[in-house]
Amino acid sequence: MTTFFNEMFDQGQLRGPYARLQDWVNAMPEGLRNLKQAEAEALFRRIGITFAVYGEGGDPDRLIPFDMFPRVFTALEWNKLERGIKQRARALNAFLADIYSRGEIVRAGRIPAELVYLNEAYETAVAGIRPPKGVYSHIVGIDLVRTGPDQFYVLEDNCRTPSGVSYMLENREIMMRMFPELFQQNRIEPVDTYPELLRRTLASVAPEKCDRDPCVVILTPGHFNSAYYEHSFLADLMGVELVEGQDLFVEGPYCYMRTTEGPRRVDVIYRRIDDTFIDPLCFRPDSMLGVPGLMDVYRSGGVAIASAPGAGVADDKAVYTHVPEMIRFYLGEEPILENVPTWRCADPDDLGHVLDNLGELVVKEVHGSGGYGMLVGPKSTREQIEAFRLKLTENPGNYIAQPTLALSTVPSFVDEGIAPRHVDLRPYCLVGERIELVPGGLTRVALREGSLVVNSSQGGGVKDTWVLAG
Amino acid sequence: MLSRTADNLYWLARYVERAETAARLMEVGARIALMPNAGAGFRNEWDAILRANGSAADFAQRYGEPVQRNIESHLFFDRENPGSVASCLTMARENGRIVRTALTTQVWDALNGAFQELRDLERRPRSELPLSRLCDWTMKQAAQIRGAIDTTQLRNDGHDFMHLGYHLERADNTARLLDVKYFVLLPRAEFVGSGLDNYQWTTLLRALSAHRAFHWAYGGEVTAAKIAHFLILNPQSPRALISCVEGLNTHLERLARGYGRSTPAQTAARSMLGEMAETRVETIFDEGLHEYLTRFIAEVATLDGRIRDSYLNGDIR
Repeated sequence: MTTFFNEMFDQGQLRGPYARLQDWVNAMPEGLRNLKQAEAEALFRRIGITFAVYGEGGDPDRLIPFDMFPRVFTALEWNKLERGIKQRARALNAFLADIYSRGEIVRAGRIPAELVYLNEAYETAVAGIRPPKGVYSHIVGIDLVRTGPDQFYVLEDNCRTPSGVSYMLENREIMMRMFPELFQQNRIEPVDTYPELLRRTLASVAPEKCDRDPCVVILTPGHFNSAYYEHSFLADLMGVELVEGQDLFVEGPYCYMRTTEGPRRVDVIYRRIDDTFIDPLCFRPDSMLGVPGLMDVYRSGGVAIASAPGAGVADDKAVYTHVPEMIRFYLGEEPILENVPTWRCADPDDLGHVLDNLGELVVKEVHGSGGYGMLVGPKSTREQIEAFRLKLTENPGNYIAQPTLALSTVPSFVDEGIAPRHVDLRPYCLVGERIELVPGGLTRVALREGSLVVNSSQGGGVKDTWVLAG
Repeated sequence: MLSRTADNLYWLARYVERAETAARLMEVGARIALMPNAGAGFRNEWDAILRANGSAADFAQRYGEPVQRNIESHLFFDRENPGSVASCLTMARENGRIVRTALTTQVWDALNGAFQELRDLERRPRSELPLSRLCDWTMKQAAQIRGAIDTTQLRNDGHDFMHLGYHLERADNTARLLDVKYFVLLPRAEFVGSGLDNYQWTTLLRALSAHRAFHWAYGGEVTAAKIAHFLILNPQSPRALISCVEGLNTHLERLARGYGRSTPAQTAARSMLGEMAETRVETIFDEGLHEYLTRFIAEVATLDGRIRDSYLNGDIR
C-alpha cells in the first residue's frame, strides 16, 4: 500500500501553512459551504468561463469544477520552485536557440541528432533565424508534482502555448470575493500582476525594426475554440486586440491588422494556434486560421511570434529526459528541480529494465498526449500488460517509461465532506528581456476518490493556489 | 478598432432591434386579429405581418395555415426563421460573445441574461406563455440591453457602431412596417370616419409604442396626414424615420471627427437628412406613400453598404 504525502497533515501533524485554514474549515457551518459553492458556480457561469472539450459532446457551456479548499505553499517552498522553474525556462530557451543555429549540444554528443533534427516538431523553415532577444518560448508552463515535503518532480514542460492561466486568475478573484477574511488572516502573494507582466514580456521581444511603442495582439483560432474565453480574457486584461487570421494581412515587409481606420502595423503576435496553422503558404496549405505570408515577414524580422514557430521540440517527451543535461550544458548549473526518473526504451539497457518491471511502471508514447496509448502498470490486467509488451518490443524507440508516482494530496470539498485528493501544479514562467514568475499557478485536482488523473476531461477540477509572503 | 469588432458591434445592435420589431409585429397582428372583420379578414393581416418580417414565403411553405399559434411559433421561437425573436437574440448574444472584450460586464450580463431566459422560455409549456407576455418580455430585454449600453459603455467608436446598427435597423424596420400597412393610411372614401380605419391607425401607432405620444404631440382628430407626419417627419417621435436618420448622422459625424476622416457614408447620410428636412407630408402623399417608402428603404440599404465599405469590411485604406 503506497502512502501519499498529505500537504495539510504530515503523518497526522497539521502543517504550518495550513494552520489558519483548519480554523476556517472548523468554523464553517455545513449549510454555508453549499451556499458558497453555488455562489462560486454562479459567478463562473456569469463571467462565461466555461470549458468545452472537442468531441466529447454534452454541454458546450460546461464548467470546470472549482474546489474552494485552497492549496498553500510557504515562501521557502516557493523560493526553491521559483529558482528551479526559471532555471529550466532559461535552459529550454538556450536549447532552442542552439538547435536552430549551430547545434552545439548535438555536436558535443549530449543529445542524439535524430532526436532533434528528425523530430516532428522541428521546423526546418526557421533554422538559422534568430528571433528577437533569442527567445523562442515566451510562456513556459511547467507541470510539477509533489511526492514529499521537499520532493518535487517536473512531469512535463509546455513550451508552445500552455493554457489555463485564466483559471489561476479567476480562481483567485472568486476566492477573494467569497472569503475576504481569509485574505486578511493570511498574507497571500497576489497573482493579478500576470496580465501586465505578460504584456511587458511580449512588448520586450518586439523586432528591432519596430521603432515605436510595439503593437501586441493575441491571435485566436476563433470563438468556437474551447479556450476562446481565455484568449479574450487575456486580451481584455492586457488591453490588446484579440485577432483572428482573417483580421491580419501581409504587405511588403510587415504584417497589418484590418481596423476601422485602415491598416495598422502589428509587431508582436501572441499566437494561440499551432505551428502548422500559422501560414498556409509555409505550412498546411488548407489552413484558414493563419495569415498567408506571415512566415516571410517573420523570417525577415518584421514581426515577432510568441511562442516562436518550432518551439515545440523542447517539450517533446523524449527530449524531456535530456533537460537536466541541458541545464548543465548551457548554464553550468546543477538542476534545482528533478525530472521524474525515466527509462528510454530506445536504450537496450533501459528497455531490459522496463520489460522486467512492466507491472509497476507507466509507459508512454513519446509523441502521445492526453493519456492516449499509454500503459499504467499497476492498474492494468495481465493480458493488457502482455499485449503492450509486444508493441513495446516491436518499436521500443517510440516509448519511455516512468515509475508510478505517489502524488501528494490536498484536502478538498467532496460530497461526503472533506477528503484528501491528488493534485498537480502548473506555474507560468514568462521569458522576455527578463524572466518573470508570478507567485502562484494552476492547481488541478483529481476529484474522484483514488484517481491520479487531474485532466478536466476526466473529472479533474481546479483550486486556488496560495504562496504565503515570507 | 478592428473592423471585425466594429462589424460585430454593429450587428449586435441590429439583431436586438430586429428582435424587438418581431415582437411588435406579433403584437400588432394579434390586436388586429381580435377585431371583427369582413371579407378576407385576419388572414390578410397576418400575411402583411409576415411580409414585414420578410418571411411570408418561408412561412407558407413550412406551416401552411396562418393561425395565431403558428405565427407565434414562427415569429418568436422558430430558429429556422432568421427573423424570429429567438434567432435574433441568439445572434445578438453570439456577436457579443465574439467581442466580449469590447462590452462592459453590464451589457454582457443583459445579453447573456436574455439568452439564458430565452432558453428557459423554450422549455416552458406554450400554454403558460400568452402572446402578450412574449411581446412584453422581448421589449423588456431589448430595453435592458439598450439601457446597459447607454449607461455603461465607453463613448468611443464602438459605441458609435452600436448606435449606427440601432438606428439603421430601426429606420429599415419602421419603413417596412409602414409600407406593409401603407394602404391603411391612404385616404379612401368608403372608410373615412368609419370605426375600421380609426382602429387600424391606432393599432399601427400602438405597434410603435406611439399612440399616447401621438395624442400628446397632435391632439384632436386622428388623420392619415398627421399619422404619416408623426411616423416619418416628426423629429420628436423616437421611431420616426427622420429621427433614425438624425441618429445615423450624429454617430457618423462623431466617427468622422474621431478618426479625422470623412467617408462616403457621411455624405450619403447628410443628403438623406437634408432631403427629409425639406419634405412635407403632402409631397409624400403626392409621390405615393408606397413609392416614397420603397425609395427610403433602398436609400437605407445604400447607406448600410457605404458604412460597411467605409469601416467594417477590413479593406479600408
